[in-house]
Amino acid sequence: MKPYYILAALPFIAILGGAAFVNKIDPYVLGIPFFLFWISFWAVMSSIIMFVIYRLDPLNKEVEE
Amino acid sequence: MNSALVIIILALTLSIALGLMAKRGKDMSMEQWAIGGRGFGGIFVFLLLAGETYSVFTLLGTSGLAFNNGAAAFYLLAFTALGTMTSYWILPPIWKYAKEKNVVSQSQFFSSKYNSNGLGVFVAIVGVLALIPYITILFKSMGILVSATSYGAISSNVAVWVGMIGLLVYVMVSGIHGSAWTSTIKDVLILFVIVFLGIYLPVHYHGSFGGLFQSVNEFKPQALTLPHKGLSVSWFVSTVAISAFAYFMWPHNAPTIYASKNAKAFRLNAVLLPIYALMVLFVYFVGFTAIVELPGLKNGDLALLELSMKTFDPWFVGIVGATGLLATLVPGSMMLMSAATMITTNVIEPLKPGISDKSKAFSAKGFVVLLSILCAFFSMSGSETLATLYLTSFSLITQMAPSLYLSLRKNNGITKYGSGYGMFVGVAIVLYVTFSKTTMASLFPSLPSVIQDLNIGIIALFSNILVMLIVSFFTKKSLVVELKS
Repeated sequence: MKPYYILAALPFIAILGGAAFVNKIDPYVLGIPFFLFWISFWAVMSSIIMFVIYRLDPLNKEVEE
Repeated sequence: MNSALVIIILALTLSIALGLMAKRGKDMSMEQWAIGGRGFGGIFVFLLLAGETYSVFTLLGTSGLAFNNGAAAFYLLAFTALGTMTSYWILPPIWKYAKEKNVVSQSQFFSSKYNSNGLGVFVAIVGVLALIPYITILFKSMGILVSATSYGAISSNVAVWVGMIGLLVYVMVSGIHGSAWTSTIKDVLILFVIVFLGIYLPVHYHGSFGGLFQSVNEFKPQALTLPHKGLSVSWFVSTVAISAFAYFMWPHNAPTIYASKNAKAFRLNAVLLPIYALMVLFVYFVGFTAIVELPGLKNGDLALLELSMKTFDPWFVGIVGATGLLATLVPGSMMLMSAATMITTNVIEPLKPGISDKSKAFSAKGFVVLLSILCAFFSMSGSETLATLYLTSFSLITQMAPSLYLSLRKNNGITKYGSGYGMFVGVAIVLYVTFSKTTMASLFPSLPSVIQDLNIGIIALFSNILVMLIVSFFTKKSLVVELKS
């Protein structure tokens, strides 16, 4: 278990734990109601976080058979 | 015949031709037909995994759910983003084990891991059970699609039968190679169609996304957030959790996973797939536009098509329809093939040891035909929305997750009995609730709505885990006693 793997928990906490707090229309962000924006934002963050993990993890530097 | 139908029929012919071309020059043993001889690179794996996720359900079912239930539909984007991240950790060990042990199907994975053919048979049955509502969605969509785009000239039942035969021909001639190629075309088309519709329709009717949501807010403000009861926050969280947990548990994901050349492909996919899920956002825009523009519409699953027909010329409706058809064929063929492979490896082979490769392929294809006919009948009889069927299939498949996840650990404390009984209890609860149409609210009227609104899949999942742990604890002890005596 590498410590930076913990980063991957953030989107789970934000979406599963945050849903109760962000279930609202205002404020609109980029014209999109807040609840939908929050989920879309964390979908993008998921990819960014996984990219960071991918780059940090020495597993992906090895040349595989 | 209108130009929309002509384009749809052309697409069907083209994909069958592609299937035939992909097959040419390849010796199609069971391993080739099902998992392409384990030689697929990262991009093909991406296309297939994405191809399995974005089916015609994304077009019709997702826009339908947004039209009917508004914000509840956001669960699809949420669980896809979270579920695909797990690819990084879950898939490499699954792939590695399957490669070492020559596993070609999901049920075989279980029977090999837990060293129990009985469990393999049971997993094959659960997998097929979970696929039935999913394949039914595909056939139902095909009916909706063709009857709508033929502007009523073809009835939806006729469309289901014709579509089913098309799908069968496609599966028979191509195998996984054909699906990979058609998947490429389908993924480009579906991305284009969804993004185009999702931008054009709101801008055309409301000037901008902001304008669209302002109109929705005036017309039906409750559509933009989750309600206090029913499809509430606790429904949302429990549904996202079980669906993300179940993300790669599908029998039709298994062949794609095994078809990969290396483990790195899965870690790369964990980076690419979450952001790819944003595509669903544009489908919501279509569903929300339909809320304002088609206030009289009864069946939400028709929202995307009705709105397209209202807005565009028939030829473009044909493009949308052709995309929908390809988005039926690719996942449909993967589902049917994986179901057939499970039945062959875990039911037919043990019953008839030493069966030849040729007869194996033959029996697998026979099973494909039977399953298709069954699902075609279901698609014509039920009145459930596409989204309801989708939720049921996920509640079922998620029951496989606990014992599969735990089997990836070095020291798996779960026994075959624990795995089997746990899954049995989970599946039984989901089936009972689905068929008796009971809800948590009617079973436990005095509980607070936070608990009543929970997706039944998560109740079943907790019961499953509990039974799995208890049974494993006791059977492990008795195994040790047996060994000692």
